[in-house]
Amino acid sequence: MTERYALFLGCIAPLRYPGIEKATREVFKALDVELVDLEGAGCCPAPGVIRSFDQTTWLALAARNLALAEKKGLDIITICNGCFGSLFDAAHLLHEDKQKVKEVNKILKEVGLEYVGDKIKVRHFADVLHKDIGIERIKSKVVNPLNFKAAVHYGCHFAKPSKIKQLDDPERPSILDELVEAVGPKSINYRDKMMCCGAGGGLRTRANEIAMKMTEEKLANVKKAGGQFIVDVCPFCHLQYDRTQKDVPGYNIPVIHLSQLYGLAFGLPRENMGFESHHVPVNL
Amino acid sequence: MILAGDEMATVKEPNPAFAESIIKAGGKTLNLCYQCGTCTASCPSGRQTAFRTRKLIRKAQLGLKEDILPSDDLWMCTTCYTCVERCPRQVDITDIIMILRNFAVKEGYMAETHKKTASSMMNTGHTIPLTNDYKEMRKRLGLSEQPPTVLGDPKALEDWKKIMQITGFDKLIGGK
Repeated sequence: MTERYALFLGCIAPLRYPGIEKATREVFKALDVELVDLEGAGCCPAPGVIRSFDQTTWLALAARNLALAEKKGLDIITICNGCFGSLFDAAHLLHEDKQKVKEVNKILKEVGLEYVGDKIKVRHFADVLHKDIGIERIKSKVVNPLNFKAAVHYGCHFAKPSKIKQLDDPERPSILDELVEAVGPKSINYRDKMMCCGAGGGLRTRANEIAMKMTEEKLANVKKAGGQFIVDVCPFCHLQYDRTQKDVPGYNIPVIHLSQLYGLAFGLPRENMGFESHHVPVNL
Repeated sequence: MILAGDEMATVKEPNPAFAESIIKAGGKTLNLCYQCGTCTASCPSGRQTAFRTRKLIRKAQLGLKEDILPSDDLWMCTTCYTCVERCPRQVDITDIIMILRNFAVKEGYMAETHKKTASSMMNTGHTIPLTNDYKEMRKRLGLSEQPPTVLGDPKALEDWKKIMQITGFDKLIGGK
C-alpha cells in the first residue's frame, strides 16, 4: 500500500447508487491504494441547496468534515462533483479568509473539533486516477477492455470554477476522455458536451420539469452523436441522467460512473457494480 | 401612443443599501459588471426559462430587493459556473446568486421541497433518506447496512445537529 486517502461518501452514492461506493472501494484496492473510511462525516453539504440557503451553516458543516480528515492526517478523496465542489470551495474560502477560520472554529469548539487549515487537500477521484496513479498503471490493470462509444459527461464542479480548481481547461478538458479511453472505449464528441445535466443548484428539487428539459437536451445530443453509454464522475449527474429516462420517452442510454467502468475493465465481479439500482439496464 | 398598465415603463427607485449588503456578504465583484450579456448567452437554464443572468446582476447592482428576493428566477441557476468562466469582467456571478438566495431564505422565501431537503440534511446528516430497499442492496453488495457516516453514529449526529442549532439553521428552515 503506497497511497492512502480518506474516502468521503456524500449522500447519493451510498444511499441511491451503492454500486458506485462498492466499485470505488474495489477499484482502488485493485490499484493498491488504501481508502480509509471518514467515520461520522455527513453531507458535504450540497453546494446548490444548503449553500444557497445559509452560507454560515454550509461552511461550518463543511469545515467539520474537513476537520475529521485533518484528524486522520489524510487527504480527502471524493467520488462526486458536488462533494468535491463543496469541500474544495470551503477549504479555499478558509484558506483565503482567516477571520472565517476563527468564526468556524468558535462553532466547531462546541463539538470538540478544530479546523487548522492547509493540512490536507480535497481531491476528486478522477484527478487522483489521472495525476497520482497515471494512465499507464491503470492500463496495466485492464483485463477486460471495453469497446463502445462513450459520451463523457464532466459535470460542472469538476473543473469549474477553474480560477480556483486549476485541474483542466474548463471549456475543452481532456482528463476524463483520457481516463475513459485508457480502458478501451472511444470517447466521442457531442454538442454541448460541457453543459450541465440540469440537476444542480437545487433545480431538480425545486423545478424538476425544467431540470429534465436540460437533461433531455443533453440526451438528444448524445443520441445524435451515437453515444452508447454516458460515463460520469458524479452520482448526482448520474441519477439525473438515469432517472430522467424513466419519464422522458425515446431514450435508452445506460449511465455508468467511472468507478463502475473501471470495475468492469479490471475484471471485478459484475454483481459488485450494483447495476440493479440503475433505471436504464447496463448491458456490458 | 399612450401606454397603460403592464405596458407602461416604470422607474424603480434604487436601493444602494441593499446593493451594499450584497457586496459585504462577499459579492465584491458585483459592480465590475458592465452588462455585456455574455452570462445570459452562456446560461443553459436561460434556454429553458425566463431567467436572465445579466438582468439579475443589474437588479443586484441597483439593489432592487423586492424584485429579486421573491422571484422564481433566482432559483433557476444550476450553479454550473459557465457564466463565471466566460465573464470578461470576472464577476463572481454564481457566488452573488448564492448570496441573494441566502437573503431570500432569510426573508422567508423558500420552496417547500427545499425545506424538506434541508430538514433531511439536518436530521439525518444526508439530503436524502436511506430506505429499506437500499439497505438491502448495500448488504447484498457486501457493504455495511448503513454507510459509515453520521447516519449510524448517534454521537456524530448529535454534533451535527448542534452545529445547526448554533448557526440557527433549525429556525431558518422552520424545522425542529
